[in-house]
Amino acid sequence: MKNENSNGFGKKLKTFLASNSVPIMFILICAVCIPISGFSISYLLNEIVTRMGRNIFLILALLIPIMAGMGLNFGMTLGAMAAEIALIFVADLQIWGIPGVILAMIFSIPISIVLGIVCGKILNRSKGREMITSYIISYFINGIYQLVVLYMMGPIIPIKHSSIKLPRGYGIRNTVSLLNMRRCLDNVFAVTVGGVKIPVLTFILIGLLCLFIIWFRKTKLGQDMRAVGQDMEVARDAGIDVEKTRVISIVMSTVLAGFGMVIYLQNMGNIATYSSHSQIGMFCIAALLVGGASVEKASIGNVFLGVILFHTMFIVAPSAGAKITGDSMIGEYFRVFVSYAVITVALVMYETKKRREKGKLGAQLQEDQEAEEKKAKEAKA
Amino acid sequence: MTDAKAPLLEMRNIKKSFFGNQVLADINITLNEGDVLGLCGENGAGKSTLMKILFGMDVIRDTGGFEGDILINGEKVTFDTPFDALNAGIGMVHQEFSLIPGFTAAENIVLNREPVKKNIVSEVFGERLNTLDYNEVTGRAEKAISKMGFSIDKDMVISDMPVGHMQFTEIARELSKDNLKLLILDEPTAVLTEKEAEALLESIKRMSEKGIAVIFITHRLQEILTVCNKVVVMRDGLVVKDIPAKDTNIREITRAMVGRNVDMNAAPADSIENKTDVSTDIIMSIRKLWVDMPGEIVRNVNLDVKKGEILGIGGLAGQGKLGIPNGVMGLHEAGGTVTFNGEEIPLNNPRKCLDSDIAFVSENRRGVGLLLDESLEWNIAFPAMQVQGKFLKNYLGGLIKWRDEDAIRKITEKYINELAIKCTGPEQKAKELSGGNQQKICLAKAFAFEPKFLFVSEPTRGIDVGAKALVLDALKRFNKESGITIVMVSSELEELRSVCDRIAIVSGGRISGILPASASSEDFGMLMVSQVK
Repeated sequence: MKNENSNGFGKKLKTFLASNSVPIMFILICAVCIPISGFSISYLLNEIVTRMGRNIFLILALLIPIMAGMGLNFGMTLGAMAAEIALIFVADLQIWGIPGVILAMIFSIPISIVLGIVCGKILNRSKGREMITSYIISYFINGIYQLVVLYMMGPIIPIKHSSIKLPRGYGIRNTVSLLNMRRCLDNVFAVTVGGVKIPVLTFILIGLLCLFIIWFRKTKLGQDMRAVGQDMEVARDAGIDVEKTRVISIVMSTVLAGFGMVIYLQNMGNIATYSSHSQIGMFCIAALLVGGASVEKASIGNVFLGVILFHTMFIVAPSAGAKITGDSMIGEYFRVFVSYAVITVALVMYETKKRREKGKLGAQLQEDQEAEEKKAKEAKA
Repeated sequence: MTDAKAPLLEMRNIKKSFFGNQVLADINITLNEGDVLGLCGENGAGKSTLMKILFGMDVIRDTGGFEGDILINGEKVTFDTPFDALNAGIGMVHQEFSLIPGFTAAENIVLNREPVKKNIVSEVFGERLNTLDYNEVTGRAEKAISKMGFSIDKDMVISDMPVGHMQFTEIARELSKDNLKLLILDEPTAVLTEKEAEALLESIKRMSEKGIAVIFITHRLQEILTVCNKVVVMRDGLVVKDIPAKDTNIREITRAMVGRNVDMNAAPADSIENKTDVSTDIIMSIRKLWVDMPGEIVRNVNLDVKKGEILGIGGLAGQGKLGIPNGVMGLHEAGGTVTFNGEEIPLNNPRKCLDSDIAFVSENRRGVGLLLDESLEWNIAFPAMQVQGKFLKNYLGGLIKWRDEDAIRKITEKYINELAIKCTGPEQKAKELSGGNQQKICLAKAFAFEPKFLFVSEPTRGIDVGAKALVLDALKRFNKESGITIVMVSSELEELRSVCDRIAIVSGGRISGILPASASSEDFGMLMVSQVK
């Protein structure tokens, strides 16, 4: 009896470890790297809180497509590009501070919606391969973005301010300074607790988005998305417009990613016009996965845990790497390669899990059969 | 004018053909309020097609619609989509579950008909942003479950449920629709335990008392007699029997289901006598085989195949007959032991089977059987080339192997002639052929492989009569001339009886009996339904 109990506990522990292996691995990495890096706790906390404010909104934008069964939306980069274009306009209009941030968000909405609809429609034509398709779409739209920003801004789309234009007279400079709106959101109501500066307004926005997501799950649309995410055919048979629901989920994700990118860039204080967006999707997805999310299931808790763990590693790895090997590049290299590794592992685990589920039935059959034989034997005896 | 007396449902002179094959001929069915109609018949008798027509499924329209009229309460209706049928008060529980695995029973019952509350956001952005009214969801689910009379946990997530409860959830979902007048149940008891099946019959009776008509499709004839007041037996697209349930019995229904012309009995007797090489040697023996093939699960099968014989495996759909060859050949996960020519063959390893000269013509032509985008000659020669190294020219002592195009061309042309494959030539792509000709290519592929043992699964499914005869003849000839042992799986009993020496009937995943082909079709019928689960 007792043995059975401990067995049950061991089994539970095992499944807990198996299903949370990625976060646990990262907790271990952080636990090893933090002391080696030699950073003070207050410095670390400060950095982590800043990065939470900077990134969480973006990562939350990933949750809705996962709910709709479309996997990790690499296409969130589209929202980021929309935000950058919006910010370039705002910078050209020389509207700074909070009004600038709000205006940028408003400008980004129509661009995000158009890009989201395009992306959603394409993904509807490639069901089951959403992730790779959205990844490639982000490269494709990146090309169009460059065309717009590099050639059309100036001659076709009027850009007045020379500070953001390339010296040749058209196209946008490599960096657009947002110095005048740097941290303007973060600094409103900011409080310092034990030397750690907390960007209260940004956190309030994040909180609101979390509440929105929780509320959204309870709406008809949210319920439809969950249904579509779990079984498209059944949802269709029940009369749900599967295609439209999927497009809406991508549009929502793109718009939210646009808002997130505005928050991200106001914190950074400048736009790297041609590269800010390029890896944002990958880092956000890696962070979400580090938090224990999978391709088909992700929660708000995963987002917060993921940001904390992933960015702790981001902060301490270069320094720890430098301390150990004497070469700071090692840590830099390490954190990039880990992001890719995490995504790869998550994708592989998704498939293995599916296969394991399949194997279960066979084992059940075998068991049934053995039980039957035993019974037959007993009956004979 | 006689609206009050007009039957709830009337199907008049329904005719339907798929690509020139008549599958339904002149079907007439009438159903009154509260009637429970038991519909039975062998696979391919036309039951599902008839239900698809009634339910307005897309397949019917896509394949050219149907002839005849459907009348509800005396009014002629046309259903373009299943939604029209739903609106008219027809509900259907399909054999495959149509449930969202991660939702609770209650959520599934009200799926896409969720009660909602308005809020500020939805006033602006439209009604899809209404919030769900969870109390009301629970209330409706409870009401539907109590209407059904079998208690299931409304808060349990579907994926955690036993299969039987999933079935009841589906039924509850249909019952939760207020306008439900007619419920079609397609083999609802197939996945239920005995107790659950009894409960279901109870709940069918209750529905009928409330005036809901039920069409009950099942292979368990006892159930039909228990619960139905009317029995309709279909065979070959015709209604062969339509009588009140109290006036008939299982034996009569079985005979109506299977017996074509009872005197046309079975295989021509000479086919067995002529065969001198059927020895008593066992070439393959299967012990304790289980196979996890979705929808065709096999449990604890023991089977011996004699050298040189043609063994048929028959049975109703979903009972596991397809699982046996697929399991032995390693296409689906399996366990147990298979001995071939005295040697044990490892399961779950298709290559080992091929290496032992066992070939398989799959029922899944397009998926497993053919390289659709390749030419016929490639298709025919591929396994022989890949596994046995045939059709290869060796250079430098085998270091370099080149395809022997001439030999491939020759063998392809030989089979094109022998099997009368209609094609433009050996270079035509396999996907361009018709179903019947594709099936012949699959056979040619297996013949070119020159196996010692051949599994053939549903060789005549979806092909026309002429092609059928040719395929069956080719199999017989192949068996006689080359002495190959053949195991043929088919859902058409008559076909098995015309080709095979012995026929094993699978029921409920097990072999329920092996009879000589000359046994009466009634006996086969009884075996087929003996262990249906």
